[in-house]
Amino acid sequence: MNKKPICRLGLALLAAAFLWQAWGPPLCRAQAKYDYINISDPFLRKIPVAVPEFRSMTEPETEAKASARAADILTDGLTFSGYFEIIDRGAYLEDLQEKGIKGQDLNFDNWSDIGAELLITGGLWRYGDAVRLELRLFDTIKGELLFGKRYKGRIADMRRMIHRFCSEMVERFTGRTGLFDSRIVFIRKHGGDSSITVCDFDGHNPEQIVSSKAITLFPAWSPDGRRIAYTSYARGKPEIFVKELGAGGSPRISYDGVNITPTWVPGTGGKMAATLSVSGDEEIYLLTDSGKIDKRLTDSWGIDVSPSFSPDGSEMAFVSKRSGSPQVYIQELGSGDVRRLTYEGSYNTEPAWSPEGDRIAYSSMENGRADICVIGVDGGSRQQLTRDSGSNESPAWSPDGSLIVFSSTRSGKAKLYVMTASGTDQRPLLDMPGEQVLPDWSPAAAAE
Amino acid sequence: MKDQRLGLYVGLVLVIVSLIFMVSCAKHRDVSETAGGESREAVEKAGEKAGEAGEAGEAAISEEELAARKKAEARQAKEKAAKEKFVNENVYFGFDDASLTRKARRILSDKAEWLRDHPEQEVVIEGHCDERGTKEYNMALGQRRAESIKNYLVNAGIDSSRIDTISYGEERPVDPRHNEMAWAKNRRGEFRLK
Repeated sequence: MNKKPICRLGLALLAAAFLWQAWGPPLCRAQAKYDYINISDPFLRKIPVAVPEFRSMTEPETEAKASARAADILTDGLTFSGYFEIIDRGAYLEDLQEKGIKGQDLNFDNWSDIGAELLITGGLWRYGDAVRLELRLFDTIKGELLFGKRYKGRIADMRRMIHRFCSEMVERFTGRTGLFDSRIVFIRKHGGDSSITVCDFDGHNPEQIVSSKAITLFPAWSPDGRRIAYTSYARGKPEIFVKELGAGGSPRISYDGVNITPTWVPGTGGKMAATLSVSGDEEIYLLTDSGKIDKRLTDSWGIDVSPSFSPDGSEMAFVSKRSGSPQVYIQELGSGDVRRLTYEGSYNTEPAWSPEGDRIAYSSMENGRADICVIGVDGGSRQQLTRDSGSNESPAWSPDGSLIVFSSTRSGKAKLYVMTASGTDQRPLLDMPGEQVLPDWSPAAAAE
Repeated sequence: MKDQRLGLYVGLVLVIVSLIFMVSCAKHRDVSETAGGESREAVEKAGEKAGEAGEAGEAAISEEELAARKKAEARQAKEKAAKEKFVNENVYFGFDDASLTRKARRILSDKAEWLRDHPEQEVVIEGHCDERGTKEYNMALGQRRAESIKNYLVNAGIDSSRIDTISYGEERPVDPRHNEMAWAKNRRGEFRLK
């Protein structure tokens, strides 16, 4: 099957370029509830997992590298999600290269004794450019197989195959989906150029999609993951452009004054909202998919900027100075009713509505430095997630709601960092020269 | 008498004919000379002479002429300085503030006067912010600042069609340092002539 010329069918089909099969216990068992994860704060306790090097099943010498790399991709993926803790390979008592990778070959006590609650075994078959992977997830305490998957594809697709397995695992334990297929867009400033760059969810494979000497800002993914709206001064003034991934961009929104902070409105088939100052005052407008003004959403003298919509598209969070200092407000689109969300602090901006709809991340500035905060949409349970680490700005949620990407000056120049939605596990997303700012996380299935 | 008259007529005709002949010859000569180098020299000499005459004339009326010329030069210099002042003198703002200070109003009152004196000039007002605060909000704040300058000028009688505004948010600091002094310099309105 893997010899079908699918690889020639273009990028859009890449996702289908490998096949997978599942086996394991019957479905009813698979859906049994596990209490590995504390749902209210899943990052408080990480599940300890053992991931031994995969076993090479054909011509071991040529595959040893691929096997080691495959296991590393798996460990990195699970670690990145924030839910799992990988037990160091030096502690392992059993060598799968000798014993085998199936349940009957394993002594689970050897794994539970070193603290592993889960064990993942992998087998790798390699036929030229093609590769077959078998991955099995075991509960070491119960001594049983939770699920197993078989993947076939090109060696170049190995990362995607293994991330598919990671995704299944995260969904199994948290019910959350979409992280491992997602991508992140951001602005990179380097050597006088501003570029729009897109990378995988974990910072891998950065790719520049628009580069310009002109100021370029505010990239925002469309809900279908195929378009990116952004602001550029390419024609001398701040206008909004839309980049179709895989095609040229075209000027879309260019009214007098600023055309900034575009965002897409969920469930409207491509409508955007943005701040325009065409009336002489910065107000938020709803725009048709061809960039015409559909409707003015805010009506208050002074700055209104940075719209972010609830997942069902019925409410909009935004920043307004109507009370004297920049604060986050929520407007119900149907009735037009507006309520103030943030009261603590005198400079709260950049709201980002969580994909689960219950919380809003934003940046709160004090003494010239901003920190990322999260607050319930009812205004309760405010949490400050960063502190004493430079200026932390522009939060964006991963599509499964488990992680937040943001920019920080904690090590000097502004760079991108990722943390869990609870503020734990703060780490750099990628390492590249120049400044990286204004990240936005794609929806679950971003186009390539 | 008749003979005398006839002789006179003949003489007149002869004179006229010879005159015509001479003039046409002279014309021919002129043309040929212009084609050669001689006459150019002559023209240049004439020019020199005229120049000498001019200098002599100037020397004669030097007091008045010099004064007038100096006055014109001074006016030009003043004009140039006024234009440079218009372009180079920025208006500064407080943190997260787009309202005009008293000093800003004084500066803008001068600028309005200059714009009234130069009705052909069109101006772009740039609004800028310091690095503190977030890029999104600062982009709006920069526009707010440019608009508040524009409003002042329009209220002072300048046609709004002559004034364009643009915000650069925090993207174009004049001083890249991270301190109060740099921030104060960066929170500004700039003026650019079209």
